[in-house]
Amino acid sequence: MNAEQKLTLKDFSSDQEVRWCPGCGDYAILKTIQKLMPNLGVPKEKTVFISGIGCSSRFPYYMETYGFHTIHGRAPAIASGVKLANPELDVWVVTGDGDGLSIGGNHLLHALRRNINLQILLFNNEIYGLTKGQYSPTSQVGTMSPSTPNGSVDLPLRPCTFAIGAGARFVARSIDTEAKHLTSVLERAHGHKGASFVEIYQNCPVYNDGIFDYIKDKKTAAESRLILEHGKALTFGDDDQKGIRLDPRNMQLDVVTIGENGVEEDHILVHDETNKVMAQMLADLKGPDFPEPLGVLYCNPTEPYEIGVYAQRNEVRKSLGSPDINALLRSGHTWNVEK
Amino acid sequence: MSVVDKLVSQELEGNTVRDVVVRFAGDSGDGMQLTGSNFTEATAIYGNDLATFPDFPAEIRAPAGATFGVSAFQIYFGSEDVTTAGDEVDVLVAMNPAALITNLSDLVYGGLIIVDDGSFTDKNLVRAGYSSNPLDDGSLDPYRLISIEIGKQVLEAVKPFGLSHKFALRCKNMWTLGLVMWLFDRSRDSTIDGLRSKFSKKPEIAEANVAALNAGHSYGETAELPSGVEVYKVPKAHVQPGLYRNTTGTEALAFGLLAGGQLAELPLMFASYPITPASNLLHALSSQKQFDVVTFQAEDEIAAACAAIGGSFAGSLGVTSSSGPGISLKGEAISLACATELPLVIVNTQRGGPSTGLPTKTEQSDLNQALFGRHADTSLPIIAAASCVDCFDVAIEAVRLATKFTTPVILLSDGYIANASEPWRVPDFDEYESFPVQFETDAENFTPAKRDPETLARVWAKPGTPGLEHRIGGIEKSFETGDISYDPENHQKMTDVRKAKIDQIANYIPDQQVSLGREVGALAVVGWGSTFGAIHQAVKRCRADGLEVSHIHARYMWPYPKNFEQLLNGFEQVLVPEMNVGQFVEVIRSRFLIDAKRLNKVSGQPFKIREIEKAIKSLLESST
Repeated sequence: MNAEQKLTLKDFSSDQEVRWCPGCGDYAILKTIQKLMPNLGVPKEKTVFISGIGCSSRFPYYMETYGFHTIHGRAPAIASGVKLANPELDVWVVTGDGDGLSIGGNHLLHALRRNINLQILLFNNEIYGLTKGQYSPTSQVGTMSPSTPNGSVDLPLRPCTFAIGAGARFVARSIDTEAKHLTSVLERAHGHKGASFVEIYQNCPVYNDGIFDYIKDKKTAAESRLILEHGKALTFGDDDQKGIRLDPRNMQLDVVTIGENGVEEDHILVHDETNKVMAQMLADLKGPDFPEPLGVLYCNPTEPYEIGVYAQRNEVRKSLGSPDINALLRSGHTWNVEK
Repeated sequence: MSVVDKLVSQELEGNTVRDVVVRFAGDSGDGMQLTGSNFTEATAIYGNDLATFPDFPAEIRAPAGATFGVSAFQIYFGSEDVTTAGDEVDVLVAMNPAALITNLSDLVYGGLIIVDDGSFTDKNLVRAGYSSNPLDDGSLDPYRLISIEIGKQVLEAVKPFGLSHKFALRCKNMWTLGLVMWLFDRSRDSTIDGLRSKFSKKPEIAEANVAALNAGHSYGETAELPSGVEVYKVPKAHVQPGLYRNTTGTEALAFGLLAGGQLAELPLMFASYPITPASNLLHALSSQKQFDVVTFQAEDEIAAACAAIGGSFAGSLGVTSSSGPGISLKGEAISLACATELPLVIVNTQRGGPSTGLPTKTEQSDLNQALFGRHADTSLPIIAAASCVDCFDVAIEAVRLATKFTTPVILLSDGYIANASEPWRVPDFDEYESFPVQFETDAENFTPAKRDPETLARVWAKPGTPGLEHRIGGIEKSFETGDISYDPENHQKMTDVRKAKIDQIANYIPDQQVSLGREVGALAVVGWGSTFGAIHQAVKRCRADGLEVSHIHARYMWPYPKNFEQLLNGFEQVLVPEMNVGQFVEVIRSRFLIDAKRLNKVSGQPFKIREIEKAIKSLLESST
């Protein structure tokens, strides 16, 4: 294929029939990613999608790239092996809230803190879809499901809070059907060197329909979304008159209205995506009391793991001999037995 | 038979004995493993054949003087072929009462005991469980005792180096080593060289240890020792000429994996998680970065297996390593590698189990796990190493099978051969036949389901290759296209072809040889893994007594060489000694319908020669 030829969405679509339920948020995400891929400048053959198990994990089958649909929760571990074996590959991990945060929580944690250069996309629908609707570790308290017919009683975790806590150097959030916003977030994630983590609010129309309506609904969006932009004030609301302020008395964020109770514009926090403390506080904001941040919460790159591994190997090799098995076998103490 | 009695019975000239077993025992912090390995090296250089058995506790630093903290190192050396660490101990070095009380029962009557008199304090005696001091209550009368205040001797010897009392006393093991080296006429040169290079940045420590070593040696020369205790000569063994080194099983396994990678022309992606006694393989490979190997200490056993599989998908050879409990965790991932037909080498250095069991002791109880320990129909090749040296060739063979047949391969080693060491006539790597992997590059009519019509191996197309973009995964795939398929007939076909691929590996492995004895006879002793040495010696002794017995040692635990069944059928009886409750014997019984008999031991210790000898004799007697 001519390298100059511009690839299109079609080039990244495999011949496999997409088999998610009608109306599933995964369709929108798939379309956005297939559309994004040609713009990233990475050849198809160098792109690898790796997934675990769950609805979202069918994703690789639909991408005309290299792909590996693996086992439940283990995608970050398998992807780590792929990236470490060949750092030239562009490796994406697609996971869900059950796959990535329940059975695979440990692998996700370590892939993030190890900072291996993967784009990890977590489709959060707050439910187990493929196993028919049990509550997940991100389900809200009281979620009625086949395994919790009287409502779930355990507290959910928040994926971005988890990721920042795990030591991720890039953490962002977007929404399945917001193609433009999702594209910009994914572009940033792809450009980030090191592990990047993107939580995508994803609707499951069958088992958990409408749980993100409060933030997806255009009518309430202005009040429920806090759009993050580095260096811009954390304002929201119909006319951007509301904002997020740090209350120094209790080290908490609160919602204020500019012009009310003596609040002025410069009382509003300015988003600094390199500030981990701010990122952690923002990641914790939850509706309906707060608007929920969308965009890049935290971006503070450092050397990716695989770069360190190969750099160290190259350095150490200077003092080690050549890769000669016969020399290795004869290293250390040897002695000759004469005839 | 004591050393002294051996002198009489072996009827050799002067103070010459054919073979000797020496055991060094002390606190886990006494440096007994180091002492033993130095003595081993000197013995190998001397020209004896030898085998060793390091036996150490799970506790890194148990309280001083505790019986559960005793660490021992046994070496058997002699002028004839030595394949086990020996049954009875001729010379016991006991650095404290706990070492004496826990090891005395293995010492032959008349055997020699060397003790550090100074450590037999009231406190240490009580801690070891002695009600009176064995050094003077007469209980050691059946033995020859050399009781020396080693601490005092050492302090005197290292005085010029100005070490603290604590550091000075740490040289006790070298002093003792010097004495034992004197006793068997070993050269101290290799130990001295080793100390000077190990402590090159702390010359005073190096020289203090050297001084202690020399002082121990001089003590032997000058002190008046009990009658009959003098320098013993153990004639050199008749070994094949060539260049030799010592190797542990772990070292040989690491070298074999690197060698296998070169023969396959593949980089290695070694992913592991620390577990005793398998961790040393991770350490060994991590320090060989001049080779094309990436080592990865994963967050857990599952991740280690998965990262290795990811490495294989990306075009390296994935290797993961653990011991039984860790292999359990890897089970699901291994089945993924079976389903996706990716090459993978899984090393299991078996230990005493179940669960945490006896982490530092040996056992062969994971054969069933290797054969059956996964969900669904997931047949895969299993090979077992018979000795430290054998680990090299077995590792190469594991790489060959994994890459030639695109399959996971389980390599079974165990704690005994992993830690023990033996002399190795270093092979010439240039004589090994290479088996370069051919990655798919042809985009014409490519499907990920493509197979080699002969080996049935699935095509290996690595990411980065233009035009071969494809998806694999754990869901059943179409035999024709590699796409997802839930078709009932296709699943039957895929299951059959995966099984057939493994079964027909029998066509690509050598016939089973008989290690010792004829190819037919009254009894075949069939072993596998690290029991090789003990079986070999037992069969040898029985044959010398005129018994019609042969030793067959299996390397291929699945599938079996084509002649395996026929070979076993040539014997009236089959005996299977194993360090488990009977796993291989059940395979032989069920697969080949042979009424094989069992001999089992699960004490955490290797078989003694006489245990197998006794079983052979009793089986042959009962059948006549």
